[in-house]
Amino acid sequence: MYTQSLDNHGQAPVDTAAEDAQRCAQFQGRVDLDERIEPKDWMPDAYRQTLIRQISQHAHSEIVGMLPEGNWITRAPSLRRKAVLIAKVQDEGGHGAYLYSAAETLGVSRDELLEQLLSGAAKYSSIFNYPTPTWADVGAIGWLVDGAAIVNQIPLCRCSYGPYARAMVRVCKEESFHQRQGFEIMLALARGTAAQKQMAQDSLNRWWWPSLMMFGPNDADSKHSAQSMRWKIKRFSNDELRQRFIDATVPQAQFLGLSVPDPKLRWDEQTGHFEAGPIDWNEFFDVIKGNGPCNRERLEARRDAHAKGAWVREAATAYALKHRADGLTRAA
Amino acid sequence: MSATQWPLYEVFIRSKGGLDHKHVGSVHATDANMAIEHARDVYTRRMEGVSIWVVPSASIVASDPQEAGSLFEPARDKVYRHPTFYEIPEEVKNL
Repeated sequence: MYTQSLDNHGQAPVDTAAEDAQRCAQFQGRVDLDERIEPKDWMPDAYRQTLIRQISQHAHSEIVGMLPEGNWITRAPSLRRKAVLIAKVQDEGGHGAYLYSAAETLGVSRDELLEQLLSGAAKYSSIFNYPTPTWADVGAIGWLVDGAAIVNQIPLCRCSYGPYARAMVRVCKEESFHQRQGFEIMLALARGTAAQKQMAQDSLNRWWWPSLMMFGPNDADSKHSAQSMRWKIKRFSNDELRQRFIDATVPQAQFLGLSVPDPKLRWDEQTGHFEAGPIDWNEFFDVIKGNGPCNRERLEARRDAHAKGAWVREAATAYALKHRADGLTRAA
Repeated sequence: MSATQWPLYEVFIRSKGGLDHKHVGSVHATDANMAIEHARDVYTRRMEGVSIWVVPSASIVASDPQEAGSLFEPARDKVYRHPTFYEIPEEVKNL
């Protein structure tokens, strides 16, 4: 999902077997009993590194995810839509903050994580490398992208690592508003003029397949899934979650009177599921590698914002040092 | 404190009067006042609180989970500290 590519930044993963085998067995025993692991608890190094990668990539995705929608804040079609969109984009920033905070409990600094994002070393979700040329894209992102995120994130609320699970509970509470406001935008367009309905259809055409790709490669090709499942970082496979999303979303598209851009999509009476056509994984891996429509633009926008904010950070630091002696309000 | 690595503060929120402050997460800030403002923006966008505490993370002293066994052991076998330990005939009321 938001962590589709768990690369190791050139480091070989630490071999769990080389660590104290007894401790690892005890750790696995705790996980098997559904106990939660907390920051100061002993954990295998590979568990720690996997979580750092997953949580930080998730955080980066939230931060980069502010860009495609932020693009429409100044052009929202009404004051109501603008207020909603500002609140939504602010939430994404907040989600990034919860997640960076959770990642830091594993012993990595915020600066290191930020540096990995800005240098291009860290990955973020492929979905945010697609452009938002029309207002309908703001609707489609809320409905489909946040919808897919909810399907993925609800099981993460029961992740074995306590701080990540708690951050996800907070995120999930807020995502529901995101998805509903997106669907409402789509509904308004679908019930509008022929041109508006066409705009909604065009947007669905462009976002459908990238949304399905958000769940990551098919189970057979998912390198890290088995270990993450054993550690209960992950509770359902990519394909299971993707199917859940398809089953929930297709009827919503039908309600909107829009058609899902998959000629092979069909209802399977026997399984009780919608069966989708094959996904173009070449496109997915290409976007992950950095060749999506907006990869370069997104990173440049982040670097630019970071550079332009430098004077604010420096001024705040100088101000704090100058006023360090001032008394603080006591806790009450 | 460098221009980038600001100190970490743990954030505690009282969701409404009468309830305890509860740990919700952490924020980086140059000082305590900024930490409160950041905590407001990050953790109370939907009226989740009526009061915020921020504490420098470095000031928190925590027990060691590895020693949890011996630390809490003295309480383990003192079941007589619980009311259910005592057998009282059923006909005795209000006890």
